[in-house]
Amino acid sequence: MSNSSTSDLLKPFKLKTKQQELLIRVSILCLVYILAFITRLFSVLRYESMIHEFDPYFNYRTTLYLTQHGFYDFWNWFDYESWYPLGRIVGGTLYPGLMVTAALIYRLLHFLRFAVHIREVCVLTAPFFASNTTLVAYFFGKEIWDSGAGLVAAILIAVCPGYISRSVAGSYDNEGVAIFALLFTFYLFVKAVNKGSLAWGLASAFGYFYMVSAWGGYVFIINLIPLYVLVLLITGRYSMRLYVAYNCMYILGMLLAMQIRFVGFQHVQSGEHMAAMGVFFLMQVFYFLDWVKHMLSDTKLFQEFLSITVTCAVAAGGIALGVGMASGYISPWTGRFYSLLDPTYAKDHIPIIASVSEHQPTAWSSFMFDFHILLFLFPAGLYFCFKRLSDATIFIVMYGLTSMYFAGVMVRLILVATPAVCLISAIAVSATVKNLTVLLRSKNKVAQIGSTKGTSSAKASSKASLDQSQPFQKNGAMALLFGAFYLLSRYATHCTWVTSEAYSSPSIVLAARGAHGNRVIFDDYREAYFWLRQNTPPDAKVMSWWDYGYQITAMGNRTVIVDNNTWNNTHIATVGRAMSSYEDEAYEIIRSLDVDYVLVVFGGVTGYSSDDINKFLWMVRIGGGVFPVIKEPDYLVNGEYRVDKGAAPKMLNCLMYKLSYYRFGEMMTEYGKPPGYDRARGVEIGNKDIKLEHLEEAFTTSNWIVRIYKVKPPNNRW
Amino acid sequence: MGISRFVLLVFTISMLASPALSDLVLSKVDRRIYLTSHIVRISSTLEVENAGPETVSKVLLAFPDLQAQNLAYLMASPHEAKAKVKGLTVGASFTFDVLAVFTQALRPMPEQIGQADIQLVLYQDSAYYLSPYVVKVQSLSLKVPDSRIESYTTLQSTKVQGSEIKYGPYENLPAFSSSPITVHFENNLPFAIAQELVREIEISHWGNVLVTEHYKLIHGGAQSKGEFSRLEPQARENVQGPSAVRYLVAHLPPRAHSVYYRDAIGNISTSHLRGDSKKTELLIEPRYPMFGGWRTAFTIGYGLPLQDCLYESEGRRFLNITFSSPMIELVIDTLIVKVVLPEGSSDISVAAPFFMKQWQETKISHLDIVGRAVVVLEKTNLVPEHNQYFQVYYKFNRLSMLREPLMLISGIFFFFVACIVYMHADTSISKFSASYLAKQQWEEVRVAIQQVHNIICRCLATHDKLEASLRDLSRTGEVQACKAARKSTDGLLKELSKELKPLMTFLQSSPSAVQVLSKVEELVAKEKELLEKLMAKHSTAVEAYEKKSGARDIENRIALQQQKITALRQEVDDLLEFIDEI
Repeated sequence: MSNSSTSDLLKPFKLKTKQQELLIRVSILCLVYILAFITRLFSVLRYESMIHEFDPYFNYRTTLYLTQHGFYDFWNWFDYESWYPLGRIVGGTLYPGLMVTAALIYRLLHFLRFAVHIREVCVLTAPFFASNTTLVAYFFGKEIWDSGAGLVAAILIAVCPGYISRSVAGSYDNEGVAIFALLFTFYLFVKAVNKGSLAWGLASAFGYFYMVSAWGGYVFIINLIPLYVLVLLITGRYSMRLYVAYNCMYILGMLLAMQIRFVGFQHVQSGEHMAAMGVFFLMQVFYFLDWVKHMLSDTKLFQEFLSITVTCAVAAGGIALGVGMASGYISPWTGRFYSLLDPTYAKDHIPIIASVSEHQPTAWSSFMFDFHILLFLFPAGLYFCFKRLSDATIFIVMYGLTSMYFAGVMVRLILVATPAVCLISAIAVSATVKNLTVLLRSKNKVAQIGSTKGTSSAKASSKASLDQSQPFQKNGAMALLFGAFYLLSRYATHCTWVTSEAYSSPSIVLAARGAHGNRVIFDDYREAYFWLRQNTPPDAKVMSWWDYGYQITAMGNRTVIVDNNTWNNTHIATVGRAMSSYEDEAYEIIRSLDVDYVLVVFGGVTGYSSDDINKFLWMVRIGGGVFPVIKEPDYLVNGEYRVDKGAAPKMLNCLMYKLSYYRFGEMMTEYGKPPGYDRARGVEIGNKDIKLEHLEEAFTTSNWIVRIYKVKPPNNRW
Repeated sequence: MGISRFVLLVFTISMLASPALSDLVLSKVDRRIYLTSHIVRISSTLEVENAGPETVSKVLLAFPDLQAQNLAYLMASPHEAKAKVKGLTVGASFTFDVLAVFTQALRPMPEQIGQADIQLVLYQDSAYYLSPYVVKVQSLSLKVPDSRIESYTTLQSTKVQGSEIKYGPYENLPAFSSSPITVHFENNLPFAIAQELVREIEISHWGNVLVTEHYKLIHGGAQSKGEFSRLEPQARENVQGPSAVRYLVAHLPPRAHSVYYRDAIGNISTSHLRGDSKKTELLIEPRYPMFGGWRTAFTIGYGLPLQDCLYESEGRRFLNITFSSPMIELVIDTLIVKVVLPEGSSDISVAAPFFMKQWQETKISHLDIVGRAVVVLEKTNLVPEHNQYFQVYYKFNRLSMLREPLMLISGIFFFFVACIVYMHADTSISKFSASYLAKQQWEEVRVAIQQVHNIICRCLATHDKLEASLRDLSRTGEVQACKAARKSTDGLLKELSKELKPLMTFLQSSPSAVQVLSKVEELVAKEKELLEKLMAKHSTAVEAYEKKSGARDIENRIALQQQKITALRQEVDDLLEFIDEI
């Protein structure tokens, strides 16, 4: 009796199956949310809470300005420190979404009386948004398949290396929030299409607005959604729901996007946005025809009407487009857009895009590295999607296929493909596991019923006969299930390994293993930037290759000639020309640019391979693209790029070579090798006796990675 | 300055002393000048004798104009530790020590040197002790860091012994006599000067005192000129750039923990921390070696256990902590000390060993509402001798420690309350729309089905009771008890069926319940059937017992009924599970 009384007491607390399921789902989501955040903290543990790489430094600097001076000053900020002597209108040339988001989080925390530093907010913004992305992935998966697929999608995207590479703590870049905004916009749009409600359409317009404010990748949305709508129209899936969703999203989204100064009127004036507008008008024609068809009972008459209307509409559209293009009202596609569609375009036409390593076509190995088992699950998921076609699955299939194409064109666009790949793979995993467990469970039930004294024998016998038809079905299902879990566990291990080993390096601080296996830290970049900040005049102008521009302004707090916002090719080419000329010619250019210090990055002592000598050919190409006096063959010997004794004479005497190797010839870098042995390229340098006439060494960091030269004033004529 | 003072020290700038005070005579003056770092310390032992007709209680010390501007610290103490004199009577004599510390008294000469050159400095002083009194016997010795002396002024009786230059003894010199001397010597010790140091000391009554020090450092020696080279210091260590500031040493209090060293752009990884029970030694290297005129800025921070620095007296708490920087041989141009007291502190006062500017601010930190009281102290031109303890007294209620945790707890509590309210609140705008009404009806149906479910469960429980009574019967054979059980369950079941009736009529009338109604009805019917079967079984069993039939006979009779009951029970359970999932 006592036993039963306790069970009676516990009865109100006993959860129903549905509640149990909800509890498990919510706790899994919470765990995934936390996991997505903490797996991105490897970089903080390994190094420190710092901003990574190049562009994030600009974002950090602008965020700092925003929090210190307020939004209006930020919006109207003219930055004298970059692109000397041109300057930069910061408010009009950036996507402010990231900075405003970080500043809002900062304000909110301060309002709640958490006195955190803005740097910590910036460092943790990307992981925070990655966590939010997992939630969006859950809801998206739920929308296109079921809640199981949603959960799996959330887990997969939480640790997927393709996404982690751009969202570790410290990688304070637009992509960090933009992937969240992208997926959120897509989710809201699919929801709007499924529901056909204005509210969801409105929400997706605001999602789109946030995306536009955060990243230039919004062009992908504004082209994918019309394409999707077009596919639905062609496949005869046109519905009122689609009409409401697309029109609401397009009109409001366009109006909202125009509020971003950097985007402005591009939605109505640029070729890249014309597809959306075309589809918008097409939808109106479609709706109109639908209405006419409804009014006209005569099918023949309607056919005629249809042909006339369609011809007129297409002709009108074509003429409008032609006139717009001819009059210059509609700008043609930009080079960046072309380079996305055609992987070889940039290499031939825009060296400055081709020179960036993350713009290279993707190698197969990096797909494997970033997706691991998802690469196999992706086609399986596509199969399941095609098996159960709906408006939502068509969308995810299109998103997956197009983004995979772009991921193949450019390494950095793997990021855009990652959510789609995760969602589609999640469908595969979820559907497979569900099928297998259904098999296993039904077996168990049969066994159970069989044990209870052979009741409902008819059912049991029917099951038994099914059992006989497929022998070892249970064992097979079991084995497959274990196989699936093994693969998934491998995936988790791989992701953690990749995150901790490959994607958590800030690239400002370099780490290497010493001779005794100890960790050696090369903190040369910050050493040099801090030296600039402390020991040069506040108005000193620093010339370097554009890669280091953002870092010099943010950490060194000095004016730079060119930086990572590569909007003015001529200016960059001028710097490239100076670097690839003889010293006295370069001095003229340097004087004309009013440069006080020249900064070069040199890896010959440490064996750091991404230094300026290895980037030098791009300087020559970009310089030569504008100034034909610079010719690439002058720097090559039989088409080969070398720095040793056999190097081209122009190479051995150009400014970059001199600045990199100044006094390096006296240096012993490696035991058993002659002095002046370059460890990055593995050769003894060709010109050991370098004399500088117009520049003098001002500072070199402890591992020689950054070398700074002071430009001497011109000699007195008397 | 805890040592008893017997004279009030007045120092005069220049030689404007009044002649009436020259009744005193300095019978012996022994001066030692230490030039071994960039801080000049003059330690003098003076023997003073009263030659006048009156008792004297004041002695004047004079400094040359040049030195007086650079005087950072002055301190006098009796030569014998225990001597205490109220005033100097006629003819009596007294010996005391004076320590004067000067900054910027060494002038680099040449003013600009290359990276490889050694640093030479110039020191100027007077060979005779400058005093408003007659000095009978005096001597002077200068200690330089190295035996390399470029030049020095030679007067009568000048001697050089190793790294020491001696002048004197000179006898019977009148008041205000002086004879300038200049010493030019090598001094490669780092001339580290903090142009500004802001120390923030934050007290947390949860057991920690957090010290944060922001330094703006400059190398104050000879300016660096010419080309920089990284090659030579690496090839030949300690030869190049001998005067560069390569590292700084800080002596932190013992049990200092959570030490960090960083600057505006991040952590600096070149530092070493050694600790023992007496002190914690922190060695920090700037990001780059500092040559003459170079600057750097950094922050160090550390935590101290609360019980090491916070004490209580007369109902007030006081913080007892050192005033200045823990760095050794560092000159500080401007020092600002901010003591951040916990929120809610009152009745604040400061006890400091020397005069300084002082005001109060407020600072808003984590979870503060009105902000914390900050005591700000400012002083200029400091030397390591200023690193003395000072006290900040304040009143603080222990209970206000709990305010911040309570705030956090209540914040989370209200968050959950808000979630609960949100889940239960009806946020629909249109209360009469079709979908809203349908939803509401469905809610009602669900509640009703839930109730039906509960009732059936209770029915099944009473079934179990009946079964139990049968089992008791077979064990004990008490027919009466079994009958009583039957009666009570009968009553219960009747009540339950009464409760069930209105629910069923509601479900039948409700339009939203159409799809589930059949299942519910089936469930109720099955349950009724089950009950009938069970009753039948019960009656047969009881009857059989009353007739005292054999056990096997009874079992045979029941067996068939039992089979049906099990099957029915199974079906009812399945149905229940189905309904539970709605």
